[in-house]
Amino acid sequence: MGKTLEAEGARVWPQEGWTRVPYWIYTDPDIYQRELDTFFYGPTWNYVALDCEVPEPGSYKRSWIGERQVVVVRGKEGAIHVWENRCAHRGARVCWQNKGKVDSFTCPYHQWNFALDGKLQGVPLKRGVLGKGGMPADFDNSQHGLKALRVHAEGGSIWASFDENAPSFADYCGPDMHGYVQRLFKGRSLKLLGYNRQLIDSNWKIYIENLKDPYHATLLHSFLITFGLWRADTQSESVPTEGGKHGIMISRNVGKKTGSSGTGEIKRLKNALELADMDTVTPQREFDDGKVVGLSLFPSVVLHQQANTLGMRHIIPKGPGSFELCWTYYGYADEEPSLTRLRLRHANLYGPAGFVAMEDGEVLVECQQGTSAYGHRQAVLEMGGRETEPQDHMVTEVLIRAFYKWYRQEMGL
Amino acid sequence: MDTTLALPTGVEVARLRHELRDFYEEIADLLDDDRIEDFPAHFTDDCLYKVTSRENFREGLQAGMMYCDGIGMLRDRVLALRETQVYEPRMWRHFVSGVKILAVNGDTVRTRSNFLVTESMSDANPAIFLVGQYLDLAVRRGDRWLFRERIAVCDNHHVRRSLIVPV
Ligand SMILES: [Fe+2]
Repeated sequence: MGKTLEAEGARVWPQEGWTRVPYWIYTDPDIYQRELDTFFYGPTWNYVALDCEVPEPGSYKRSWIGERQVVVVRGKEGAIHVWENRCAHRGARVCWQNKGKVDSFTCPYHQWNFALDGKLQGVPLKRGVLGKGGMPADFDNSQHGLKALRVHAEGGSIWASFDENAPSFADYCGPDMHGYVQRLFKGRSLKLLGYNRQLIDSNWKIYIENLKDPYHATLLHSFLITFGLWRADTQSESVPTEGGKHGIMISRNVGKKTGSSGTGEIKRLKNALELADMDTVTPQREFDDGKVVGLSLFPSVVLHQQANTLGMRHIIPKGPGSFELCWTYYGYADEEPSLTRLRLRHANLYGPAGFVAMEDGEVLVECQQGTSAYGHRQAVLEMGGRETEPQDHMVTEVLIRAFYKWYRQEMGL
Repeated sequence: MDTTLALPTGVEVARLRHELRDFYEEIADLLDDDRIEDFPAHFTDDCLYKVTSRENFREGLQAGMMYCDGIGMLRDRVLALRETQVYEPRMWRHFVSGVKILAVNGDTVRTRSNFLVTESMSDANPAIFLVGQYLDLAVRRGDRWLFRERIAVCDNHHVRRSLIVPV
């Protein structure tokens, strides 16, 4: 373990401010724990599941908030409950499977039985055996249920908070972010298409940065550029919201550039390349605004839309130097089969083997490996200037600057 | 294809298993040897090639890590890998075992086998990367075999870092 913050005089943010990021924030175990407490376990809203994953009363799914496992359950009356996967008795996990359907939950250790909403409804041997043992006469089941979280359902997406004092989901998002969340989750029934799970050996914030960095997409991801799904000269926006906590990246699928190019700097661009199966790079228009929008809803998820893929990228920290990225792909229950097929084909761009996302996995690990033994060095963030105001282009690191401006306030750094 | 179809005689099954084991090892060798350009030639034009997780497979969910329906998408995998993608160079080694003939219908054979893939970075020792099962539908074309379907179902809960070449 590293030195404590108090003992470590070097834990001082560089004097340049938010245009610099000291590398110790990616490795320091005390910083990491403080992030879990402040953000994931604090007054925030965390993505936990999609409605269609728990379709019927009794359907459940295990999920994560930070390093804590929770269970998302649909109750008898259809409402969603989220509770800590930890028996109220001695702490064993109550739910041992990732998904399923049950009438109630019984902890295998001493068979305490809990209702779908987490209430304790049965304790074996509560009155003892032959007059001996048993719980004290005043033992009150209602005081020993599974610890329930606050839950918010937003048009098919499910969110939870450990903190009773968290603002409403809408206030936590802010109007811009909330509007874009509702653009995806209007209440139309969803259809689950599949999962991808990746373990990426980098600090979770390097992923947050990656999704606030439209600048890299025009350089690293030549698949996007080569086949016209992303262009530096596309009408686009990079909008930090709620003081930098969240980030919105907007672009458009406008097709391949012909003639003189705004992508002239991209050395790896091979304009003559053509795919054998053009479906992979030919999106069907499905949103009236024509936008392709990536939402970084701090701290737990990126709401993903590119071509015809829709997905939740759930960020699950696993220590300072590692996180799981769980991709959940979905479509809408009433859509045409041909659109579903396009979503499946376009899913080749994302996940651990994605034509695009694979490269993010690669550079994230390289960043962690590059920085981990150089905690005393720092990153420089000056693309698009040194300020933190929204910008109408993507050649910028403004979203990352705004994020660290906000992060420093929250963390007291 | 109905897997309850009666199997041919033991001698015939043994011969098929021998032939298909050779075929699968040939594919493993071309992947290990970085001859990825040759990979699509071992599939039919109407092929389905998928790499997915046990989690998706068990629930009947279609999306996975790689999803190629048709030879074009398989060729595009190779094109993207060679022409556009950026990754840290490494080496993989495939181990195939337990080839089992599940059903035979004319020139078409359904099989199941185990795979294990190791991965080695240039500054680290090999580590187990993926473990799972191939679920194949192989068809005989003249004196060679082709995949009509190859579904690699990984037992891994997650993929460490990234999956770069087909499994
Ligand atoms: Fe990226």
